[in-house]
Amino acid sequence: MNLTSDEQDMLTGKHGKAAQKAMEILTTLGEIFNAQRMVDVYSVQIAGVSYANLGEAGLEFLNEMAEDGTVKVLTTLNPAGMDRENWQVLGIDADFAENQIRVINAFAKMGVITTCSCTPYLIGNIPHFGQHIAWAESSAVCYANSVLGARTNREGGPSALASALTGKTPEYGYHLAENRHGQVIVKVNAQIKGTDDFSVLGKAIGDHLITLGKKIPWIAGIPSATVEELKSFSASIATYGGAALFHMDGVTPEFDRYPKPVGNPIDINPEDLEKTRRELIDEGLEVDFVSIGCPHASIHEIAKLASLLKGKKVTKEFWITTARPTKRIADEAGYSKIIEDAGAKFAADTCCVVAPIKGRFKGMMIDSAKACYYGRAKNKFKVKIGTIEECVKVATE
Amino acid sequence: MRLQGRKIYKGHAEGEALVTKDGISFYGGVDPDTGKVVEVGHELEGQSIAGKILVFPTGKGSTVGSYTLYRMKKNNKAPAAIVNQKIDTIIAVGCIISEIPCIDKIEVDKIKTGQQVLVDGSGGTIEVK
Repeated sequence: MNLTSDEQDMLTGKHGKAAQKAMEILTTLGEIFNAQRMVDVYSVQIAGVSYANLGEAGLEFLNEMAEDGTVKVLTTLNPAGMDRENWQVLGIDADFAENQIRVINAFAKMGVITTCSCTPYLIGNIPHFGQHIAWAESSAVCYANSVLGARTNREGGPSALASALTGKTPEYGYHLAENRHGQVIVKVNAQIKGTDDFSVLGKAIGDHLITLGKKIPWIAGIPSATVEELKSFSASIATYGGAALFHMDGVTPEFDRYPKPVGNPIDINPEDLEKTRRELIDEGLEVDFVSIGCPHASIHEIAKLASLLKGKKVTKEFWITTARPTKRIADEAGYSKIIEDAGAKFAADTCCVVAPIKGRFKGMMIDSAKACYYGRAKNKFKVKIGTIEECVKVATE
Repeated sequence: MRLQGRKIYKGHAEGEALVTKDGISFYGGVDPDTGKVVEVGHELEGQSIAGKILVFPTGKGSTVGSYTLYRMKKNNKAPAAIVNQKIDTIIAVGCIISEIPCIDKIEVDKIKTGQQVLVDGSGGTIEVK
């Protein structure tokens, strides 16, 4: 790789130990993937925040990096294992809470904004079209590449941190226009509406991508989509298809920028979506946990929940997972009071995927196919996907 | 027998080879406290990779796996070196942060379990005794 003198100085340790380790990571990745040079990144989103995943050794690594490491660009943080303020109400044990706070403090020492959200693009970490970024969190990567037209690879926790500490990322993969072309046409021959529908579609297409061994679909037949629907779709297609980028005819900014893919299209018909939806509903399910906010709920979704829950009482554990800044807006708008008066709980900073709730509930209902995947695999729940309205109905029965 | 691969992370190591044709997911697939492979149905299930020259085609699974390697290193349960056919990001980053010698572009079936192997990470070479 061709390094600038500044980058070379980081690699030889002139900017400290943390910057040196970070540059070792980035140059090695660059050489593996044949990058010619580094590019400057506008922002970073770091994953690997839950103490349950990092353990004591992971925390030790972060503390070592925090000794002399400081972020060079705007850097935000993925969800943690708990709500930093409300963890006791949500039943998180005190030892876990203490360790989780040590992790967050290590990131804060490096100058990371400890937002703890998987939707950085809803709370101020929002790159413009064409900007290079280095993001971890697969749903946010897919949203940033596809919906915003920013450019990032699927980073892991340490490589995203390395970019934060240097402001650089090696130029390969999705940073280069030639690697962003659609690879297969997908025709959606059905009406798709609501976050759950888009989530089911994301799994249906994602399953095809795995079978085909392709990564970038060019999707036709969706006349329009909301931010919330695209957020849900991005999470699902990333979870089930490993996708980091999709193009959607007339909806996403790069849909007509590259040559259209050739070859047989994939058709998605109403019966395919019915089949996929059935795959997201377990037999013998008894719902005792309802959650909305995978990825983190937007203020628009919280407003909707407030109108659905007004004057009602929940009969099951009901979590609304969101970013703390979004929760603050909900407080000011009066939505939080309506929701909490109904007995539902906010879980800011965390979510039903990363919180240590394995085995605590039997059956989870949610509007997200991604949450269904992790609810089953990680937390051993039975799951059911449904619309937001259906989720509220079941929660208040 | 001397084999030329590509440097991923520097350093020298010598030890007994443990070879598998299966990919390895360090997150969830290996217990960082015992060094044993715990993935159900894996060719190495139940075997310890601690101190071995671990030879496998490529990494798989969650990116958290890089931190798992680091945990193993701190627990003295990490492999002495890693030899891959095709490196992936998780293993590369895991070796860099844990300072485990690592090379790739080596045909996995050239090495047999139990052979004594010398790894030169910086030169990207291995010597099978």
